[in-house]
Amino acid sequence: MKCDECGIREAAIHLTEVVNDKVTKLHLCEQCAREKSKEMQSHFGLTDLISGLMDFGPQQRQEAASPRGKGPTCGSCGMSYSEFQKFGKLGCGKCYEAFEDKFSSLLRSIHGSDKHIGKMPFRGTSVVPEQEKMRQLKEELEALIRSEEFEKAAVMRDRIRELEETVEKHGEDGS
Amino acid sequence: MVKMDLNDLVNEKSEWLRGEGPRSDIVMSTRVRLARNLDGYPFFSRAKDEQRKNVLEKLVSVFKKNDLLKDAALIRIKDISEVDREFLVERHLMSQEHAVCVERKGLVVGKGEILSIMINEEDHLRMQILRSALNIREAWTAIDALDTSLGKSLTFAYSNRFGYLTACPTNTGTGLRASVMLHLPALEMTGQIEKVYEAISKLGLTIRGFYGEGSEAAGNFFQISNQVALGHSEGDILDNLERVINRTISREEQTRGYLIDKKKRETQDGIFRSYGTLKSARIITSRETIKLLSAVRLGVDLGIISGIDTSSLNEILLLMHPAHLQKINSKQLSSHERDIKRADMIRGKIGGGN
Repeated sequence: MKCDECGIREAAIHLTEVVNDKVTKLHLCEQCAREKSKEMQSHFGLTDLISGLMDFGPQQRQEAASPRGKGPTCGSCGMSYSEFQKFGKLGCGKCYEAFEDKFSSLLRSIHGSDKHIGKMPFRGTSVVPEQEKMRQLKEELEALIRSEEFEKAAVMRDRIRELEETVEKHGEDGS
Repeated sequence: MVKMDLNDLVNEKSEWLRGEGPRSDIVMSTRVRLARNLDGYPFFSRAKDEQRKNVLEKLVSVFKKNDLLKDAALIRIKDISEVDREFLVERHLMSQEHAVCVERKGLVVGKGEILSIMINEEDHLRMQILRSALNIREAWTAIDALDTSLGKSLTFAYSNRFGYLTACPTNTGTGLRASVMLHLPALEMTGQIEKVYEAISKLGLTIRGFYGEGSEAAGNFFQISNQVALGHSEGDILDNLERVINRTISREEQTRGYLIDKKKRETQDGIFRSYGTLKSARIITSRETIKLLSAVRLGVDLGIISGIDTSSLNEILLLMHPAHLQKINSKQLSSHERDIKRADMIRGKIGGGN
């Protein structure tokens, strides 16, 4: 396949970009790709948005300026944080642990939260999710008390008691 | 699992095009999808070929034993032609992204094309339920059941803090994306769609034109979906979406009422002109088709045009796409040839015998 840009050399770099379900494909030779790379940077969709979101906080900028400059690296797949910033996609599930500190603020800026509350996978035991659920409920209870919503807090307290009883019962059943 | 011949699908109506169900006058279809990854494997873009292969084979072997998938068919993307790949994209069974870089990619399609699962897309698993009209709860129940069932044989990448772990942080948490496709011609005509855009972006949701380029929506088809996937339960995310969809529907309805009361002549004129062109054209682009279909659809909804049903309009909306036209005609067609075949197809469906 020939390069889309010069039409002479063989294309070595194949780019596919999907923005709003529209696909743009570009096949370039190395030389033209290098020339185009500047243009490309301003041409990136969601990735750019995420990279933009990630670039906040003085700590981050300091790190970028430091000689190592790469930030943390995932021990499992080897992806560095700067690579993630470039592509906007993570390498594996373990990246979330490796980048945990930075991820809290990133996820908060995308979702308004960095804490999952929702479905959990079935792991052969129901005790762990219930404990997790309880922890969440207790957090919510504290928040309600802080905002002096005592009626709601009382309901929450009863739910926690109920849940505590079920967890204990499970424990007895299991022993 | 069963065998599937893609050529059989050409003449079949997908469930989501039935044009029946709750609010089918304004809502075209509802889609709910979940993103999941297998624990212990890098995400697709980072995985080596061997790992991609293992993910594919592992998932296929689990799917084969799953009761919910016993009527579903497995397609290995590299085994099918480019036109067939495009054909599956046009039918909303897989993403455009899934049709490129096809090695080790798979697609599972359930009976009636309601269920589909992409294997090795950006995430190892992208499972969706696509229903006709407004059916958020129903779609969720089905996808939730499948996820729970698969989760018994597979360990998904999950953390107590961040939830389900996905390649893109925009999906982290629930991995849930629910989208509703709406036809909002009255809001568009009266310039209110801008307000809808503004309101929706403040509610953790996103709206975009479904057809057409950039921000300009061809044919007044819009897709509203949740943007936030983390920090809210699936139930809350779906409730929020449903609430906004219902509000948007009643606004569209009110505005349609206004058009009939105050602008009857103008509305009728636009609709009948569109209908006339659509059923008489000999050469027609897909863009023009979508625009005219939108107007005719409004005419049918308002009782101005009779004798056509919504499901034939939906069918045209699908069959007018390049890969569909090429499959119907069993040959490759240039852009101009497609415009001719498209016009023929439309006249065949709704033309007045001329």
